[in-house]
Parts: sequence; structure tokens; C-alpha cells
Amino acid sequence: MINLHWLYILTGAIFAAFAIGCARETSNPKRFGSAVFWGLLAFSFWFGDLLTDVGNGVLVLVLAAVAGTGLIGRGSTDNAGSEDRQRSSDRYGNKLFLPALIIPFTAFVGTLLFNYTPLKAAGVIDTKAVTLVLLGVGVILALIVCFGWLKPPPLAPVEEGSRLMNAVGWAAVLPQMLAALGAIFAAAGVGTTIGALVSGIIPQGSVFLAVLVYALGMVMFTMIMGNAFAAFPVMAAAIGVPILVHADGGNAAVIGAVGMLSGFCGTLMTPMAANFNIVPVALLELKSQYAVVRAQVPTALVLLAANIAILYLAGFHL
Amino acid sequence: MIDYWPLLGILVVVVGFALRFNPLLVVAVAAIATGLLGHMPFLNVLGALGHAFNENRYVSIIWIVLPVIGLLERYGLQERARTLIANMRGATTGRLLIVYLGLRQLLAAVGLTSVMGHAQTVRPLLAPMALAAAEKEHGSLDEKTAGEVKAIAAATDNVGLFFGEDIFLAIASILLIQGALASFGIQLTPFQLSIWAIPSAICAFLIHGARLFLLDWRLRRRR
Repeated sequence: MINLHWLYILTGAIFAAFAIGCARETSNPKRFGSAVFWGLLAFSFWFGDLLTDVGNGVLVLVLAAVAGTGLIGRGSTDNAGSEDRQRSSDRYGNKLFLPALIIPFTAFVGTLLFNYTPLKAAGVIDTKAVTLVLLGVGVILALIVCFGWLKPPPLAPVEEGSRLMNAVGWAAVLPQMLAALGAIFAAAGVGTTIGALVSGIIPQGSVFLAVLVYALGMVMFTMIMGNAFAAFPVMAAAIGVPILVHADGGNAAVIGAVGMLSGFCGTLMTPMAANFNIVPVALLELKSQYAVVRAQVPTALVLLAANIAILYLAGFHL
Repeated sequence: MIDYWPLLGILVVVVGFALRFNPLLVVAVAAIATGLLGHMPFLNVLGALGHAFNENRYVSIIWIVLPVIGLLERYGLQERARTLIANMRGATTGRLLIVYLGLRQLLAAVGLTSVMGHAQTVRPLLAPMALAAAEKEHGSLDEKTAGEVKAIAAATDNVGLFFGEDIFLAIASILLIQGALASFGIQLTPFQLSIWAIPSAICAFLIHGARLFLLDWRLRRRR
């Protein structure tokens, strides 16, 4: 059965290629630090399951130390000049979009095939890993098509990939690191403490104020943890179920669904949701680390007000 | 008596980010500090951190798309995306992003969440198209405005994903809500929950769409 481990082997190989690509990039003054950083990630993908938990912990500290002491960085330029790119763009025309669309298209068709044909029952692909497996298949197909059509130098994908990877830099690992921080927060009881704090400030006798504290609690806790998933069970236990559903008689489906979506408004406003808010800053080479968060705050605040209104009206008055 | 000490870990993150230390370092320090303040022995904290990092490797798989994206950029993909929009009549930044927002919400609502994304579509296609549309209508942009246009393109992808995916029945967050409520004896089907994601999804489209509509107007005034 194709499961996550296959992808870990593929991903490890690609990170190893980035490490080699980096080490060869003579224009990059920090090429060896960067090569070590991506090399450690390749090691983690390949051998992480063989290490003890403490061994993996040491790996995490070394990764943080390499990035934190400024040992990683990027080279000066891209490989093809902008005139070359323009000429190539004119030459290949709109057909250039086709290989770029192979990855989304594989995800699209693959998901449909998997869900609506006997493929799912056949047990060839692990159900939990199917979107990521399709991503891997899409990448491999796209590379094959590119090689067959554009005939690039053999090392071009490695060079271009590691150029982009160095542009993203440490931000690439931040989402995974924050997920690990979330686990530590949970183990140390941060969630239950916040739940107790929030339920302590519930005013008596006002349904609207209770709804407000519930929604704002979801937002605040989500902003701290970086995702609404960690916040929801805590806020449901502190306010959602005992006060809104049981004491005030609210509609549990609305309280659950729209409570979670209020948390998503928090996700839009926090750098802790790194894969959504920090990674694109690196990918788009934006100046300010908070550029994406800033672009989202107005939408998030108005939408939060809308969610509070839905919670109050649909939860209690429909 | 509630133990408030582990909350200091949150403070480490906030202060560390504010003082612009390297975020990886800040998060590692915050994790260790939180564990120690929660009365866990050092080796247990280190082990828990390592275990969780290893278990969450799937979060970083997305980077395997970079060789393909980088290769196509070398052959002029971004330039092509710009040319396409520049030759399209009536394509403005706001309209383009509104179409993307609706498409992202619809695809996420039927469970196709990873069809689009920052690495797959925003960097190689959406951001250059949004910039090209703005330049076509309003002449060349200063660096600050170009940054704003790129940031709102990324924001549009996030809003579309977050407020589309919960309409799908089998998405992780719906299953999490169902499970959390079931532990309190409240039995709901995924359908009962996901139907209540629709009003918020419509609000998200209207609110963010209105901002994108105003973006065209703001860009026009800038000239």
C-alpha cells in the first residue's frame, strides 16, 4: 500500500537534492550552512522514524540553531536572465501553462477517481495520505513532461528548486515547528488553563455576551496556537457546550460549525499560522513579514462580526 | 488551583517575534520553556518536541513542487502569465482575484483543497497575473503597491480555502467538531454541521469580494 512513508522517501530525496544544489551554488556566501540545513531535513525525512524521540529533539534544536545563528542564506541571482526568460516565454507561448497545471489537475482528477471508482476499496493508496500521494504523482508527471518537452540541462530542476528553496529559507520549516510547539502547549496544559480563564469571565444572564466571549475566545486562542483545531475542543468544553448549548439552549450544530469558523478568522490574523501567513511572504519575496496578515485583517474582522451575528441569530432565534 | 506558569511560553513567542529573533529559534526556546514550566523533566520536553516534529513531517511535503515551479519559471512561466492577462480585455486585478476567490471556495467545498495553494498556484500564476492586470490598468507600480497586490493575492487564496473547506463533509475540521461534541454526548452528523458553514462562506465571498472590488478603485486613485 502506498502510504506517507513513500512520500517521506521522495521528499527526503528532494531535500537532499536541494542540499547538493546549494553546496554547488558558488554565488551564495552561506551555501554550506544552507546545505547543512536542507541536508538535516533530508535526514529527518529518511531516518526520523529510526531515531529516538530525544534524538529527533536534538535534530530540532540543531535546525533551530543553524537557522537562528544566521548560517543560512540565498545566492545573488536567478540562473536565466530576464531577457532569456522573455524570449523563452514568447517561444513556448501559452503551452507553458500546461505543465504547471499538471499538479493541480492530477490532484483534481486523482481525488475524483479515488472517491468514485473501486480504487478506494482496492486499498492501493492509504486513504489518509491520498492528497499528498497525488501531489507527489503530479510533481513526478510534471517533471517527466518538462524533460520530454523543454529538454532542460539535467541538473536544472535541482538548481531552480534550490534557488526557490533558499528564497523561502527557514520559513519552510516553521509550520512543522509550530505544530510541534502546539503539542508541547497541550502537554503542559496551556489549553486547559486558557479554558478555565475564559470560562471565569462569562457574564451571567446575557446570551449575547456569552456568544461574544465564545467567539472572541476562539479567535484569541487560535491566534496563540496558530490553528483553530487546538482551540475548538477547549472552547467547546469551557463555554460552547455547558453554557451556550446546555444552559442557554442554543443549536449545537450552529455553535459547533460557526464557532470553528470564528476561529478561522483568528487564523487569518496571526503569524503563528505560518504555512498560510508567513510562507507566502517568503514565496512572494515580500518586504514585511506581516504583509499577508495585514492584507487579511480587515476581511477577518468584518467576517468575525458576521460570524458572531450568525451564531447569535441562527443559534438562538431560528 | 490553576497553574499559570506554562502561559509564559506564549509570552516568549510574542516577545521573540516582536523583537525579530529568528522564528525557528523563538519557537524552539518557547517549546522548551513551556515544557519546563509545566514541570516536565528536560529530556521529556526534548523527546516530546522531537516526537511531535517527526509526526508532523507531512506539513513540509509541499516543498517537493519547487523543482517543477522553478524549472517552469526558468522557461518564462511568470512572463507568460503576465502576457496572458495583459492581452485580456476587461481583466482588472480585483475581477481576477474575485474569480479566483469564488473558484477556490467552490473547489474547497467539494473537497479539492490542495488543487490550489501558495506554492502551486499563487507564486507562479496568480501573483504575476494580479500584478500584470494592475500594471495594464494603472501603469507601472511602485514597490510598495506591488507588494500590496501580491499580499492580497495570497490573502485571497487563504480566505477562499478557509471559508470553503468546511462545506465539505469529510474535512478534518468538521470531523473534529463532530468528535468534540460527541464527547459531551451531543450526536450530530457531518451534514448537519457542514450546512452551517454555508452562511459564513457566502459572507466571506461578499466581504472579501467587496474589498477586492475596492482595490481596483484604490489602484485607480493612486495614479
